[in-house]
Amino acid sequence: MRLDGLVKPDTADKLKNNPGAGGRKNGELLEIRNLDVSFELDRGAARALRGIDLSLRFAEIHGLVGESGSGKTVTSTCIMGLLPVPPAKINEGRILYKGTDLLELSEAERRRTRGREIAMVFQEPAKYLNPSLKIGEQITEMLGLHRGMERNGAMKRAGELLELVGLPNSRRVLSGYPHELSGGMKQRMMIAMAISCDPSMLIADEPTTALDVTLQLQILNLILKLRERFSMGVLFISHDLTVVHEISDRVSVIYAGKIVESAVRDRLFDEPLHPYTQLLLLSIPDAEKRGHRLKTIPGRVPDAEHIPEGCAFHPRCPLAEDVCAREIPPTLEHAQGHTAACHMIGKKWISS
Amino acid sequence: MKLLIFASRRLGRLLLTIFLISTIVFFIIRIIPGDPALVVAGMDATPEAIAAIRAKLGTDQPLAAQFVQWLWNVVRFEFGTSLISGQPVTKLVFQRFPLTLSLAILGILISILIAIPLGVLSAVKRWSAWDYTGMAFSQIGMAIPSFWLGIMLLLIFAVKIPIFPLFGSGGIVHLILPAISLGIARAAIILRLTRASMIEELSKEYVITARAKGLTERMVKYKHALKNALLPVITITGIQLGYMLGGAIITEQIFSLPGLGRLFLTGIYQRDFPLIQGGVVFVAIIFSLINFTVDILYSVLNPRIRIE
Repeated sequence: MRLDGLVKPDTADKLKNNPGAGGRKNGELLEIRNLDVSFELDRGAARALRGIDLSLRFAEIHGLVGESGSGKTVTSTCIMGLLPVPPAKINEGRILYKGTDLLELSEAERRRTRGREIAMVFQEPAKYLNPSLKIGEQITEMLGLHRGMERNGAMKRAGELLELVGLPNSRRVLSGYPHELSGGMKQRMMIAMAISCDPSMLIADEPTTALDVTLQLQILNLILKLRERFSMGVLFISHDLTVVHEISDRVSVIYAGKIVESAVRDRLFDEPLHPYTQLLLLSIPDAEKRGHRLKTIPGRVPDAEHIPEGCAFHPRCPLAEDVCAREIPPTLEHAQGHTAACHMIGKKWISS
Repeated sequence: MKLLIFASRRLGRLLLTIFLISTIVFFIIRIIPGDPALVVAGMDATPEAIAAIRAKLGTDQPLAAQFVQWLWNVVRFEFGTSLISGQPVTKLVFQRFPLTLSLAILGILISILIAIPLGVLSAVKRWSAWDYTGMAFSQIGMAIPSFWLGIMLLLIFAVKIPIFPLFGSGGIVHLILPAISLGIARAAIILRLTRASMIEELSKEYVITARAKGLTERMVKYKHALKNALLPVITITGIQLGYMLGGAIITEQIFSLPGLGRLFLTGIYQRDFPLIQGGVVFVAIIFSLINFTVDILYSVLNPRIRIE
């Protein structure tokens, strides 16, 4: 079980000790370049990701926003190395983590980065926790595996982790089972599990979607607190713009397997460039819009097997012209750190 | 603590079941036509002789009194004497029970040893040679009647290649062929269930979490998924064991084994009603006890079951 002591240091170990190619403060923790992933199905290929560029700095929270089916989960699964290949196929691209391309690591090396370097928190803790293993066991098994800690030490650490995420540090909780916890507590437990090996990066895949609003806020605050404390980079995936606004330093908007806009949080929310982002922002319900009909975006995200020619958003876009149906818009930097991919930027504007 | 409450609740249910079964057995015996005393005495018996037998059996008492007496007898595990051999029913049952018990345990052991590893392997390596082997075994195992399998086993391993005795009882050697012939059919059922259950568990979300934690595939499959996958398997295995403890009439007949099945069969042929009555209650108690044990085992493995 404890391979760490036996196996000679490999890339996974080097990653642990390496603050990153560009130095800790300025360098990128994670840099995805032109990642292209498809699913080879009997009836044809589904293009899940069409050349994604995404970066995450040390201790940064990067919000990835998109509707369901836009490629958020494929992105996170791909970073974790948990895509089932086949049917999935990585056609192109690199995932540079602390300067090392994760896609070039062996499966054994990737496994050793999972949980230890990059940990993940999922949407529905009730389903994503093993119902028949004790809470203490589920938290400590990574400590044993990745850190070679023996049982007593690991249990002590698990207790501290529980305290850190706001659960009582008690034998009763550690020897209990997930079903004895409430929904919010389960998510706290999942977070405790994820941070147990002090990962440099956390992927949070809709961690608050299954919770009610008061709990959402608590969990968001917890993630913010842990980011401070462990200077973890967080890739925060959500379809909920309000939540993303609450927590992110930077935000990227994904549509049909492509990042359409990316900027610092305030800039993206105050001066959105892409019509899709603008429409998304208009569709957030808030107090000022009370009494008015809530704006929605007509149509739906194209499925990955039938992505429209040109700009994938053009069939739903109120600004679309002929060129949008013909040519894929290039991703351009329109201001410092603010990129967007649209033919119409600077030419037309959606008036709310 | 929770487990204790759960266990005592189940124990209460167990006692209730035994009470209900005793009641049902009592009334069924009385409802079915034919006075047992007449059967025992024969067609030409004098009324006095019949009355004497009724008094001996207790059937001359009022129904309520008989019922109370019957329940008291069940509590004391006292089922009267066999009409044919004149021996106490309890003694007859306990003479035969060890053989049936060993046969059942050996049979279930054989079926588990075949079914669980092969079922798990079939699920983990789906559509591989293992999977096809498992599925073929399960199809054939379910289709073959156990009497035919028994005869074939005897023919091959006792007659053609005489490594096992042809009949009789005594040591474990006498039980191996019957246990195999009993075990194969159960194995087929348990294998299918294990495979289906393991496939289902492997598709659950917590398996993704386990992988995301960087666990080895072995830990993901055999620690996280298997524990959940075995829950329904335990229940089914327990029920199968319960059935086998009632005696395996056909298998005992083929291998000439003096087990419970043959005891009860003879009892039925000879209208030995105290024996049948006692036998039914005995089998019911054993079955309930097995279920009780399975429930406890299940709740140890599946903590969610304890809250209800």
